[in-house]
Amino acid sequence: MSDDAKHATETHHPTGNQYLKIAIILTVITAIEVWAYYIPALVASPLFNPALIIMSALKFAIVVLYYMHIKFDHSLFRLLFTASLILAMCTGTALMFLFGVFKL
Amino acid sequence: MASHAAAALHSASGADAGHQNGHEHHHYTTTGLDNRKIAIWAFLGSECMLFASLISTYLIYKGKSIVGPYPTTEWVNEAGKVFKPILDIPTTSASTAVLLMSSFAMVLALQAVQLKGKEIAATASWWERIQRSSQFWLAATAFLGATFLGFQAYEFTSFVHEGLTLKTNLFGSTFFTLTGFHGAHVTVGVLWLMSLLWIDRTRGLGPKDELVVDICALYWHFVDVVWIVIFTLVYLIS
Amino acid sequence: MATIAAPTQAGKPDAYSNTTGIWSWIATTDHKRIGTLYLWTALFFFLVGGLEAVIIRTQLMRPNMGFVSADTYNQLFTMHGTTMVFLAIMPLSAAFFNFLIPLQIGARDVAFPRLNAFSYWVYLLGGIFLTVPILFHVAPNGGWFGYAPLTSNQFSPGNNIDFWVIGLQVLGVSSLAAAFNFITTIINMRAPGMTLMRMPMFTWMSFVVQFLLILAFPPITVALVFLIMDRFFGTTFYAIAAGADPLLWQHLFWVFGHPEVYILILPAFGLVSEILPTFSKKPLFGYNVMVYSGIMIGFLGFGVWAHHMFAVGMGAVADTIFSMMTMLIAIPTGVKIFNWIATMWAGEIRFTVAMKFAIALIGMFTIGGISGVMHSSPPADLQQTDTYFIVAHFHYVLFGGSIMGILGGIYFYFPKMTGRFMDERLGNWHFWGTFVGMNLTFFPMHFSGLYGMPRRVYRYDAGQGWDLFNLMSTYGTYLIAVSTLFFVWNFVRSRTRGAVAGSDPWGAGTLEWSIPSPPPEYNFAQLPEVSSRYPLWDLKDPAKTAGIDHSHADAMTITDAHAVPVHEETERFTAKELGIPMPLPTAKPLFTAVGLMTMFSGLPFLRNDMFAVAMTLTIGGACMLIGGLYAWLTSPLE
Repeated sequence: MSDDAKHATETHHPTGNQYLKIAIILTVITAIEVWAYYIPALVASPLFNPALIIMSALKFAIVVLYYMHIKFDHSLFRLLFTASLILAMCTGTALMFLFGVFKL
Repeated sequence: MASHAAAALHSASGADAGHQNGHEHHHYTTTGLDNRKIAIWAFLGSECMLFASLISTYLIYKGKSIVGPYPTTEWVNEAGKVFKPILDIPTTSASTAVLLMSSFAMVLALQAVQLKGKEIAATASWWERIQRSSQFWLAATAFLGATFLGFQAYEFTSFVHEGLTLKTNLFGSTFFTLTGFHGAHVTVGVLWLMSLLWIDRTRGLGPKDELVVDICALYWHFVDVVWIVIFTLVYLIS
Repeated sequence: MATIAAPTQAGKPDAYSNTTGIWSWIATTDHKRIGTLYLWTALFFFLVGGLEAVIIRTQLMRPNMGFVSADTYNQLFTMHGTTMVFLAIMPLSAAFFNFLIPLQIGARDVAFPRLNAFSYWVYLLGGIFLTVPILFHVAPNGGWFGYAPLTSNQFSPGNNIDFWVIGLQVLGVSSLAAAFNFITTIINMRAPGMTLMRMPMFTWMSFVVQFLLILAFPPITVALVFLIMDRFFGTTFYAIAAGADPLLWQHLFWVFGHPEVYILILPAFGLVSEILPTFSKKPLFGYNVMVYSGIMIGFLGFGVWAHHMFAVGMGAVADTIFSMMTMLIAIPTGVKIFNWIATMWAGEIRFTVAMKFAIALIGMFTIGGISGVMHSSPPADLQQTDTYFIVAHFHYVLFGGSIMGILGGIYFYFPKMTGRFMDERLGNWHFWGTFVGMNLTFFPMHFSGLYGMPRRVYRYDAGQGWDLFNLMSTYGTYLIAVSTLFFVWNFVRSRTRGAVAGSDPWGAGTLEWSIPSPPPEYNFAQLPEVSSRYPLWDLKDPAKTAGIDHSHADAMTITDAHAVPVHEETERFTAKELGIPMPLPTAKPLFTAVGLMTMFSGLPFLRNDMFAVAMTLTIGGACMLIGGLYAWLTSPLE
């Protein structure tokens, strides 16, 4: 607990250059996503959608962890956000099952 | 927990904007955290549920439109008129990159506010120097956000010209409502950033205002991550 | 985000001397006053909703009555449900959140006092917007869950549903704003030593409810946005002809709707968990398990929504999962029932009116809970759905549960709110009339329902075996109405004429009873340092709390230089004398709320081709809203 608190008050955030690296990583992932979209062989692959979702989730996680500095902040914020996020994803997934977007 | 709460309390009391009038008194908080930051995280949690409902509806209605135009396939109406696939991936990829860059500008704006007043070496490069300008980065974030909105306005008008409105079909209804909701969030963010920029220009933002900027930044990044999800699920996935 | 620019306030007139008069209420930021405003407003809407019920029951008294027309009847049952859920029970709970949470956790106010005022004003304006149309016979008439496509333009062309969809959207803003406020308050404003597992049970249940609010309101917000878009801007979300799914609304609504059920009941559970230990002179039995089961109820509450929709044919897999989840949720609820009984077991019970209402909740809620388990089984539900059996079920949980708990809470906390007792003799008339009346009203509905009487019909033919049950229900409603008059008289009169109550009139154990009644504006002259769940019992009667956890591990490490151990504060000062900064009174939240309501109230004019009026209201309202927000956020809190 005290570690989190220390982070909450004393800033241990990444530096400007690290932020720049993160921005480059995010841009590269986006470029890969768009590139894959234009390769018909990839789009036809059964792994296309899962791969896109994983890349999107990765970008999501990077922004939340570093840009929103949830990784360095008080654990309470992590709890508030991830609990809500998990519930939202479960509800959305359940709705899509109920409407037959996915089939078992 | 004891030491941190007390320490946080003392460091926070200076940053608490409500107490610039020199009150000896300080506000005790249980966790040592600022109320506003807890509230914004709870708010973002709630927003997850909001966008989950919107995105789920889009996906549930995907492919259910009875008439076109369609997002990724061609459609020929009864009169024989051909409607191209609606979604414009190159343009949206550009606007997505713009929004990602705005998040980068936002973290640097926060960093600049935190570092304000700290010495900077005389030999510092231009890159190190510009990192200290909160006004530059706030303005950059707002500008990139506004650019994103410009892309969206262009996208919406070109879709309408191609024959897709809110009323045309389920795709039009869900697409415009979902992206419009996101666009409204971006608009609020741009207004918020411009307010901060105005405050920065009039009285200057410093380390004591870190929290005020941080809260805006959290909101802004959240709007960005929502777009990351929308870009994949609405534009790219097949 | 309170204050960005904070000019010095030296030389300001003393804002706190202005404690009476209408302005002191309009500009108040005091959580106790806001709680009082919630209480009065919600009780008013409770009477309005009750009056609607009386008219409904009069129409159904005998077969083929002609007391009201079919259309009026539709408006009445829609507004009865909407009023009771959104304008009576939720705000009655909010009255207690406001009044009690800061007192129970040892805080001087909520985290965001002005946001709190904003929540109230939005609620008041939304409530008026929703209620006034019935006076002009244009009230919403699509049922309280407003199923689309029934509520789309095609089937509901008038302004009626406009009021419903906009009113609910606005009320959602109020609930959400309040929920963020209370989450922050409970996490961050607890007095030193008030660990989570020492919080009074009411605060705990309220805490769970706030999370339900912030997570359940977004789906209905989205559903309402779709409906607004459909009705005013021609989208096709609920247009079956365009390929829309008729179940979209139902799912989105019930994703909200089932957590909403727990939003309505958990605060009452919390109140009862304060009343029973006090009048049994025993700590709450199984405190930890009560907390966990409350959290469990909240958590499972998000996974059962489709049991409202068994009749739509979701398929075996979905039916089975939702049926099992629904049965599961009976377990933590049952645990609570048994813990309350165990709390009373071998206690020195005092049968005050508050205690009677609390005990009535245990019995009546159990009946409603058991009929709930009955229709968690899809085959049984197919027979019961849309009949009076369902009406009987949810009135046993909402009237027998929520209302009983809230009424008990009013009798219990009235002395704290006003410094005077409510009259026990009148209270007994009220209790017994309500208790007998509610059973006479709702128990026969189980039978009329199982005999096949559908809900929401405005008349029925004789000779179907329903006549006697309907007659009983109507007489029962009249009995509730008469006994409610006793309550209203008692409530109004006791404010000024009731016997004077001290700071701790019932011999209770939690923090709110350690300060004068009514509490001074600053609540606690010195922040209390808490070392157990029942700090006052520790002080006055340590034997009572010998069996509960007093360990100081980790708790006392939360300290504050100004805090002192819990003690009884008997003297009254002003905040100024004590040098405690209080939030300044301000009407900016009201101004902002008026802006919000004005902005939304432009929409119905679009339907009537009054484009200029609509734009004027919407743009004018938006300007008020934005201007109000800027003025609010750039002015100092205190």
